[in-house]
Amino acid sequence: MSSALIDIPSWICLLAGSVFCVIGALGVLRMPDFYTRMHAASVVDTLGAGLILLGLILQAGLSLVAAKLVMIGLLLFFTGPVAGHALAKAAMRGGLAPLLADADGALPASTSPASDHGRESPAKEAAPSKP
Amino acid sequence: MFAAATLALLITVSLALARAVLGPTVFDRLLATNTIGTCTVLLLALIGFLGGRPEFLDLALVYGLLNLVGTVAVLKFFHDGQLADRRRHREATR
Repeated sequence: MSSALIDIPSWICLLAGSVFCVIGALGVLRMPDFYTRMHAASVVDTLGAGLILLGLILQAGLSLVAAKLVMIGLLLFFTGPVAGHALAKAAMRGGLAPLLADADGALPASTSPASDHGRESPAKEAAPSKP
Repeated sequence: MFAAATLALLITVSLALARAVLGPTVFDRLLATNTIGTCTVLLLALIGFLGGRPEFLDLALVYGLLNLVGTVAVLKFFHDGQLADRRRHREATR
């Protein structure tokens, strides 16, 4: 059922999707700030999931399995932005300020990626007051 | 090739789990949990192909729906302080 003509693009899609998933997870682990971490996590939701599902669709051929995979892809396509938007809105209203560089382009020293594991309470980086 | 993709997804889940444990704020933990949920959907689809049992795709669909509901429910709890309907809660506490 599966020939090399189908197998090779499918393997390429699966491998590329796996690489993008690992890159996104590394970004989630290493980025210095919540909002940049959300940016990294969206790689897993879009490119990683899309490429892996595309590889599986190529393997499945024209069948009910491919239709189910398309449904899973549509589900992730629509629910990913909803969850991301809700997360960002809740974090902004919760008083979590984005980590901004100063005029010289340098990050604040206390929030470098190496030292952010020590921060425990969100109150330390909370915005001073809400309007 | 399915095994390689499964292994990469397991690595992804473990890295996101590290962020969920380390995460300084609750939103970091929620973000990592959401990522783990997406990876679990993909893992279920891959396991279906790995074992030759396409029934796992139905589980993946249901898990994707549950993942969204779980994330939005926890966010609503942090947003409003309760899970009840906002208007009804206001009438009840009046």
